[in-house]
Amino acid sequence: MQINEQVIREIILQVLQGMEQPKPTTNTATAAATGRPMTLVEKGEARPGTRADEVVIALAPAFGKYQNKTIVNIPHSDVLREMIAGIEEEGLTARVIRVLRTSDVAFDAHDGTKLSGSGIAIGIQSRGTTVIHQKDLPPLSNLELFSQSPLLDLQAYRAIGRNAAKYAKGESPVPVPTKNDQMARPKFQAKAAVLHIKETEHVIQGAKPVEIEVKFN
Amino acid sequence: MKRSKRFEVLAARPVNQDGFVKEWPEVGLIAMGSPNDPVPSIKIENGKIVEMDGVTRSNFDFIEQFIADYAIDVKIAEKAMAMEASQIAKMLVDVNVSRKEVVDIVRGLTAAKLVAVFNTMNVVEMMMALQKMRARKTPSNQCHITNVNDNPVLIAADGAEAALRGFDEMETTVAVVRYAPFNALALLIGSQAGRGGTLIQCALEEATELELGMRGITAYAETISVYGTENVFVDGDDTPWSKAFLASAYASRGLKMRFTSGTGSEVQMGYAEGKSMLYLEIRCIMLTRGAGVQGLQNGSVSCIGVPAAVPSGIRAVLAENLCAAMLDMEVASSNDQTFTHSDIRKTARTLMQFLPGTDFICSGYSGTPNYDNMFAGSNWDVDDYDDWNIIQRDLKVDGGLRPALEEEVIAVRNKAAKGLQAVFKELGFPAITDEEVEAATYAHGSKDVPARNVVEDLKAAQELMSRGITGIDIVKALAKTGFTDLAEHILNILKQRISGDYLHTSAILDKNFNVISAVNSRNDYQGPGTGYQMSDERWNEIKNISQAINPSDYDA
Repeated sequence: MQINEQVIREIILQVLQGMEQPKPTTNTATAAATGRPMTLVEKGEARPGTRADEVVIALAPAFGKYQNKTIVNIPHSDVLREMIAGIEEEGLTARVIRVLRTSDVAFDAHDGTKLSGSGIAIGIQSRGTTVIHQKDLPPLSNLELFSQSPLLDLQAYRAIGRNAAKYAKGESPVPVPTKNDQMARPKFQAKAAVLHIKETEHVIQGAKPVEIEVKFN
Repeated sequence: MKRSKRFEVLAARPVNQDGFVKEWPEVGLIAMGSPNDPVPSIKIENGKIVEMDGVTRSNFDFIEQFIADYAIDVKIAEKAMAMEASQIAKMLVDVNVSRKEVVDIVRGLTAAKLVAVFNTMNVVEMMMALQKMRARKTPSNQCHITNVNDNPVLIAADGAEAALRGFDEMETTVAVVRYAPFNALALLIGSQAGRGGTLIQCALEEATELELGMRGITAYAETISVYGTENVFVDGDDTPWSKAFLASAYASRGLKMRFTSGTGSEVQMGYAEGKSMLYLEIRCIMLTRGAGVQGLQNGSVSCIGVPAAVPSGIRAVLAENLCAAMLDMEVASSNDQTFTHSDIRKTARTLMQFLPGTDFICSGYSGTPNYDNMFAGSNWDVDDYDDWNIIQRDLKVDGGLRPALEEEVIAVRNKAAKGLQAVFKELGFPAITDEEVEAATYAHGSKDVPARNVVEDLKAAQELMSRGITGIDIVKALAKTGFTDLAEHILNILKQRISGDYLHTSAILDKNFNVISAVNSRNDYQGPGTGYQMSDERWNEIKNISQAINPSDYDA
């Protein structure tokens, strides 16, 4: 096992999580972290990857650029950090791209799978809706779909990263437990619509996906 | 500001946990009457529509082209379009005007004209119209059967109970998509244990949904979505023609199907072009009609939180149900997905379809506790069964359900779980233990049943597909293991594929597998004493709730 700063940080984090007292549970996810700033550097057109050990994270058009937090106010920088950490925890590499031609999470992720060396991609919208997708599946099918964005917390995003990496390694992981809250729609659907309209305003018809370098400051 | 105690109490009320937004017409966040909705018009040359709602043929988008070519009857369009919107609205509520007369006129109307008609109507008038315009004489109901763990044993048991309680159609879907074949199989067996002839479907990505239907694991399909703007269609890699092709794929295999659409989907997906939700939905309804599909699930469905958040949204939802009925199609009228924390508000929304009756009042009512409803919760769930039954009894309205005795519910749940256990064993799928059967029999929901090995189940579910297992294999497995009645029920449903009778508009099967549809049970409502009349047998069933005391049990 290679010991580096990342691993040490994760171990510390896990120890700290283990020490935490159980918190009162709420129906919706809460922002547990502070949202340390990140920089997304656009590096031109994203090309198909050749490394079988990479998982692509396909950001929707406004993610981390025009919008900076999910529907329940979790900072995008924390979300992205957790997904990347989840992938790296499994010994794989995360490659981040931005899809511009669509704001539909299924097609966003499916575009990602075509560029992913492993054929596995995670698609994520600004409001937080996430899907794990695999090349050669029909676009509207998926490996795991997390459609109720208000219920996704940082732990879930990390588990999503981890599972995506496991699929990339050819494993059959136990799916991330699905959460369900019948009152998420009444509370959040109108807000979800507004956030999605604002995401869709940044769609560029026919545009190619963009390679992104992520810097956590 | 010092808070008023009264306002503090109000702020804590369930209704104030709901999300509301002000109208934003520029992006289409408006239920009815957007300033951007087109003005009705039609021009026909040489039997072809050359202008519709202010757009010339050369400028038609593909939805308009499809509607103009396939959904509007050019022979009566000029006459129908010349009528005042209020005159058509009056025909709708006039008991002296027959359903057929209205249907004939409606076939000549454009989307903008239909919107103009609904803009003149209040909800009571729309309910009166829906009572007359519903296609099938007998109203019915559909439910959802899912659970958060995709536990197949529980799906079978829940399906059996729901069928016994009166649902004529039931729908499952998945938490994890690879579980789909097992969810469908479990519901097929469960449904037939509750009441032979109940139809089942599994809502999925379209190719898989079609394949499960072709295999005979499901009996109909509904999750074929259509949209009111070109961009939303294109976002799903679809066109009206591709959807019509898919519809014909179902028809060619003798499978019942309907489309799904609903107000709010276009604005939810960010492409509403500033039009009202109702206008865009009416384009979907007309497109469905043009594709030759027998029915439609509409009433906002999964987007209900959007129209419900804006003024007059629930009125728009009623208008869209009514519009589908006016176009002579089966209507599965939503009343499914949650949109409110308030029991008062949820009941008010439901009465719009419950009182006049629709082909399926809910599509669906959650046949599980809401925490297990994988359509993200339904407006009604198992904990509301007695409320529903008692509202039927209070108002003498047929809402499709019936009171059930605890012992009969336990019996059918047990039978379904055992039937599935036998089929799993026979087909070599991961074992269902007696402990699981027992737990599912008495469970309220998935919290009460033991966990299964998900990875093993997912592998076996894929195997069901790769081994080419069909409905006939299920029939054989049931017959071989002594579940002859369940085997016969499933075989009888498969026979529908050959006869095709249940492809008629609004078809359901009774317990003897007879088709009841808009053809042999046509709605002929024309005022008091006509149309659907509850039989004495049915009224006794509704009246007979176990909670009611019997006066004769008391001393004189």
